[in-house]
Amino acid sequence: MDFSFNEEQNLLRDSVRKFVEKSYSFEQRRALSKSELGFSRDNWRAFAELGWTAIPFCEADGGLGGKAVDTMIVVEELGKGLVLEPYFATVVFAGGLLRRGGDALRAKHLPGLIGGETLAAVAYAEVDSRFDLHNVATTAKREGSGFVLDGKKIGVIAGPSADLLIVSARTSGGGQDKSGITLFAVDAKSAGVSRKDYRTVDGLRASDVTLSKVKVDASSVIGEVDAIDNGLAILEAGVDEAIIALGAEAMGVMEVLFKSTLDYIKERKQFGVPIGSFQALQHRMVDVFIEYEQAKSMAYMAAMTQDAANSSSELAKAAAALKVQLGKSGRVVGQQAIQLHGGMGMTEELAVSHYFKRMTIIDLMFGNADHHLGRYVALSA
Amino acid sequence: MDLEFSKEELAFRDEVRAFVDAELPKDIRDAVDQGRPLSKEQHVRWQKILFDKGWAAPNWPVEHGGTGWSRTQMHIFSDELGAAGAPPVIAFGINMVGPVIYTFGSEEQKKRFLPDIVASNVWWCQGYSEPGSGSDLASLSCRAVRDGDHYVVNGIKAWTTLGQHADWIFCLVRTDQNAKKQQGISFLLIDMKSPGVSVHPVITLEGDHEVNETWFEDVRVPADNCIGKENQGWTYAKYLLTHERTSVANIGAIKRTFARVKREATKVKVGDGSLLQNPVFARKVADVEIQITALQFLALRLLSQVDRGGAPGAESSMLKIRGTEIQQSITELTLEAAGYYGLPFVPENGQAIGPEFTARAAANYFNYRKVTIYGGSSEIQKGIITKAILGL
Repeated sequence: MDFSFNEEQNLLRDSVRKFVEKSYSFEQRRALSKSELGFSRDNWRAFAELGWTAIPFCEADGGLGGKAVDTMIVVEELGKGLVLEPYFATVVFAGGLLRRGGDALRAKHLPGLIGGETLAAVAYAEVDSRFDLHNVATTAKREGSGFVLDGKKIGVIAGPSADLLIVSARTSGGGQDKSGITLFAVDAKSAGVSRKDYRTVDGLRASDVTLSKVKVDASSVIGEVDAIDNGLAILEAGVDEAIIALGAEAMGVMEVLFKSTLDYIKERKQFGVPIGSFQALQHRMVDVFIEYEQAKSMAYMAAMTQDAANSSSELAKAAAALKVQLGKSGRVVGQQAIQLHGGMGMTEELAVSHYFKRMTIIDLMFGNADHHLGRYVALSA
Repeated sequence: MDLEFSKEELAFRDEVRAFVDAELPKDIRDAVDQGRPLSKEQHVRWQKILFDKGWAAPNWPVEHGGTGWSRTQMHIFSDELGAAGAPPVIAFGINMVGPVIYTFGSEEQKKRFLPDIVASNVWWCQGYSEPGSGSDLASLSCRAVRDGDHYVVNGIKAWTTLGQHADWIFCLVRTDQNAKKQQGISFLLIDMKSPGVSVHPVITLEGDHEVNETWFEDVRVPADNCIGKENQGWTYAKYLLTHERTSVANIGAIKRTFARVKREATKVKVGDGSLLQNPVFARKVADVEIQITALQFLALRLLSQVDRGGAPGAESSMLKIRGTEIQQSITELTLEAAGYYGLPFVPENGQAIGPEFTARAAANYFNYRKVTIYGGSSEIQKGIITKAILGL
């Protein structure tokens, strides 16, 4: 058992850290977040040049063959800067699904994605699905050698900028059947795709996507043989890996919340003394510290499990446990950060409120702590 | 970063596992699994089995009977012992006074005391707290006045755990009445058979006799029994408290008690299914299981920092806080699983009225309130983290 990072990993961390320090001051981020695109194409090109967009892909596909721990390092550091570029949506989540595609599909999409030319997003959630990945009403009906997609997807993170959408749709069965779901890689400019774009509360961009008689050919199906009707397992594995990366981001976000709050209560004076001298606040700060340390331990556990996992159920349990911890810890760390900053914590002009908002959305993404506790129970049965 | 144990670590784990499987006596394993207190004889018998193997005091220096294991090995060892249902070592000798003696004691003291500690020939207990000094330990008033080559000790020590079994007690006593609080305290070893020492049982809320008050009335103690320098005892006591906290996570034992409550919950009926299938109870169980995973990885991370040369220090306070909270949660789940069989009062060695696991369910729930109080309460631990880690 080893919790240390190797030299390459330390260099990778340094390079992401340097980028965040140089390009992600609070003011820079605020300006980017308010721009029309919501992030910087120049930054994205830099990500590709630095090789970050290549990390999780195998060398045969033009990637670097990185492990979950490598992704963790990048995403944690990006989390410290609340970075807006769609690394998580494109490289981790959409990339994680595309990686599971056949040779032709990977050859078609991965070079662009790794090169920084293609942005991608995953459209899986629906109006009535809540957090259940198998609850899919969107249909994909066979027509000739291809399919026709109809339905509505919501909460598509990084949807507005996506060139490529990964869509879950029902090719057979109905309602909440676990089989009969297929994943498609859909050109976002296809006829019949329309989007309602919006800003999210944490400063990102997302879309609700309507698919109306969208034609795709059979080569857009994600998976190897028998991929049709069997997309759920791919989606579940992709989501579990995405949750593990989200855990890494949460580590970064919580570290900043913890450290800036600690700094603040050392400086802020009331009643003639720093407020950090009050025991009521000290013990709460200790609670924040312990929650952060536990979440970090779980994020490490989950990333290491992903790299070692022998079965999809091991991966699923690790991801579910991590998500429960993130929900719990994130709430304590985020809420106490605001409380201990007092009135200043309520303001939009202080960074801490933005980290709190991101942490709140991390709990929501892919289902909150309650959802994953239920899932953990089901996986344990 | 790598989740797997190395080949050597795995081999070590298998060796420990095989040893405990073969050597742990059934009556001891059963008592541990049933949550019953062990007799003195049972504790000593198991400790002597470990001693014969050379594993009685893994954390000690090799020259005094230790093993020279890495922190990771020690973790594996305690994990395996706990998971196999071995009783935790009674800390007072091997984990507490032993390390103080080999760190601060004279050569003469080392020769005189350490062999009997590691071999469990002598049972030690702890004389720290007093009726008027709990978390504020340094306010203690038990005094030792020099009289020739002896000290004369007068005072009362509180919460002497298993003092009824003890041959010796290590005490913090005030040797300088005029010095400021922390100064003027000495670390004194006292033979329990000395005239003037008396042990008075204190029955705790569950009805057990686990702790005592120990009274000292004009007890004459040879000055040679003072460890290190006179009036420097507080330094040694602080050292010992850190030592104590690093061994409190008890993850192996936690996992075994947790597995037991899960197993028993499958036998308890609720409606047409089992208690473990009850959605509300199942969620509580899952929640505790996730907490155990977080504790385990927190402990492993801290361990690997220590093995790479970092300091254990105040981080172990985190393990104490979380480990004890989780232990309490498990006793809560067990009592909940017992249902109406939580009602009967079953004394330490009394027969169960219901299923065996229920016999001590309520008693242990009550008794385990102690764990967030002893060894520095959770609030004291938070105070330590506040100062040492947060720098407040």
